[in-house]
Amino acid sequence: MASTTFKIWRGERGQGAFTDYATEVTEGMVVLDAVHQIQASEAGDLAVRWNCKAGKCGSCSAEINGRPKLMCMTRMDELPAGEAVTIEPMRAFPHVRDLVTDVSWNYEVKKKIKKFTPRPPDAPDGTWRMAQADVDRVQEFRKCIECYLCQDVCHVLRDHHKHDEFIGPRFLVYAAALEMHPLDTEDRLRDLKDNHSIGYCNITKCCTSACPEHITITDNAIIPLKERVVDEFYDPVVKLVRLLRGKK
Amino acid sequence: MHRSLPVMDQRKFGETLRRDAWWVPNVFVVTILTSFLVYATYAAFANAHYTSGPYLSPFYSPEIWGDSPHAWFGPKPVWWPGWLPFSPALIILPIPALFRFTCYYYRGAYYKAFWADPPSCAVGEPRKTYWGEKSFPLVMQNFHRYGLLLSFILLVFLWHDAWLAFWFSSGNGGTQFGIGVGTIVMLVNVLLLSGYTIGCHSMRHVIGGFRDKLSGSRARKVAYDCSSACNRGHMNWAWCSLFSVALTDVYIRLCALGVITDLRIL
Ligand code: SF4
Ligand code: SF4
Ligand code: FES
Ligand code: FES
Repeated sequence: MASTTFKIWRGERGQGAFTDYATEVTEGMVVLDAVHQIQASEAGDLAVRWNCKAGKCGSCSAEINGRPKLMCMTRMDELPAGEAVTIEPMRAFPHVRDLVTDVSWNYEVKKKIKKFTPRPPDAPDGTWRMAQADVDRVQEFRKCIECYLCQDVCHVLRDHHKHDEFIGPRFLVYAAALEMHPLDTEDRLRDLKDNHSIGYCNITKCCTSACPEHITITDNAIIPLKERVVDEFYDPVVKLVRLLRGKK
Repeated sequence: MHRSLPVMDQRKFGETLRRDAWWVPNVFVVTILTSFLVYATYAAFANAHYTSGPYLSPFYSPEIWGDSPHAWFGPKPVWWPGWLPFSPALIILPIPALFRFTCYYYRGAYYKAFWADPPSCAVGEPRKTYWGEKSFPLVMQNFHRYGLLLSFILLVFLWHDAWLAFWFSSGNGGTQFGIGVGTIVMLVNVLLLSGYTIGCHSMRHVIGGFRDKLSGSRARKVAYDCSSACNRGHMNWAWCSLFSVALTDVYIRLCALGVITDLRIL
C-alpha cells in the first residue's frame, strides 16, 4: 500500500486554498474513493457531490490535475505515480463549498430550448415508423449524463463567462438531438444563431475531449448545426434555390 | 446567470494545473503552418521548375497560362498587367488557401496555436473580450463551403495530372505507359487530398447531413457514410495532405533542377 498526497481545494464562495491530505491508495481505487477515505478519516466536513459511483449520474464532476473529469471514473493508476493529485471544483459555475459548485444555470438553459415536437402519428394506434439508420445518428447524443464537464472546459463559459448568451456544448448536443431527429418538426435554427449563440463556439474541441461518454460533441453535433445555420442564414445560393422553389 | 455565488478566480494567461506539455501541439501547428506558408510562397513566386517529365506540381495545377506543355491556354496573356506578378501558381493557390484557412479542423487548431483562444483546454487566456465566429470578421468562416466547391474542381484537375503521370514520352512524339517514383508520389498526393476533401464537414453536410432522413436514398446514405468515415480522421487527412502537397512539389522541383533523377519502376 502506498500513501499518496491529495491537494484538495477547501473553501467557500470562490475563496479558499488547497489543503494537503495523505491517504493510502490500493489497487483498483478511483479518485472518489480517496476523497471518501479522506472524508472518513480527517476531513469529515469536506463537501463533495456524488451519487452513483458508476459514471452514470454525472454528479462527481471536478478538475483532477487540472483536467475536468468524473472523480468516480478516474482510476488512481492512470494518474502519474508518486505525484500529488490536485482536486478542484469546476470553474465555470458558481462555487458553493469545497468541491461543490451550483450547476443550476444549466437547468435554466435547458428550459429555453424548444421542446421535441413530433409530426402527427403515422399509424392509427398513435405510433410512428422510422428507419433505424435515421435514429442512429441522434442516438450518440442521448448518452449524455449531464455531468457538465464540457460546459466547464468550454472557454466561452469558463474564461469569457458568456452564460447569458451562450448555451454551451451540452445544450448544443441537446439541440442537435432534437433538431436532427427524424420525427421532429420544430425549427430551432434562428434560436441557435441569435439566442443560443452557436457562433461563439470556435470549434476548439475541448468539450469533445472532456466528455466522459465520448460523445463527438464538436464534429457530430456542433459543426452539423453550424452548417444548418449557414444554410438558413448565410448562404446566398441556398437562399436563391429556396426562392426559386417557392419556399420561405 | 444567477450570480448570487461567485465563480472561482479566473486563470491568468497560460495558468493551469495540467501536468502535461499542453503547448507541444501548438508548437507543432505554428512550426508546420509557418514553414508551409514560407515554402508555398517561395514555390509560387518561383514560376520555374514546376514540371518534370509527365509530372506537374500540384501548386501549379491547373496551369491556366504558363510556359510548360501542361498550360491549358498557352503562355502568359499579353493583357496581363505589368505591375501584377505572374505565376500560374499565384492564380490557383488562393483556392486551396481559402479552403484550408476556413477548414473547421484548421480553425480550431490555429485559434489555439496562433491566437491562444484558448491556448489549450483548461489553460488560462490572454484576453477578456471575445467575439468568436458570431460577428465580423470570423463570421466569414461560414463561407467554407465555397472553398470546398472550388477545391473540389481543382481536385478533378489533380486526378487528371495523376493520370498523365503514368504516360511518359516515348521519344518519337508519342507517349507510353510507365510508372516512376514521381507517379506514385503524385498518386499518393491526390489520394490524400481526396480523403481530406471527402471528409470535409461541409461535404458531409451537403452530401446528406442537411437532412434528418438519410434512409430514403441508398446512394445518399452510402455517400454520407463515406464522407463520415473520412471525417472521423479529418485531422490526419488535413496534415498528411498538407505534407504530401509540399513534398510532391519538392520532389518535382528537385527532379526539374537535376538534383535527383526520377527512378522509373516500369
Ligand atoms: S468546441 Fe466549441 S463548445 Fe466545445 S469547448 Fe470549444 S468553443 Fe466550447
Ligand atoms: S455532453 Fe458529455 S461532457 Fe457534456 S454534459 Fe453530456 S456527458 Fe457530460
Ligand atoms: S458519482 Fe455518478 S458519475 Fe460519478
Ligand atoms: S472541414 Fe476541413 S476541409 Fe472542410
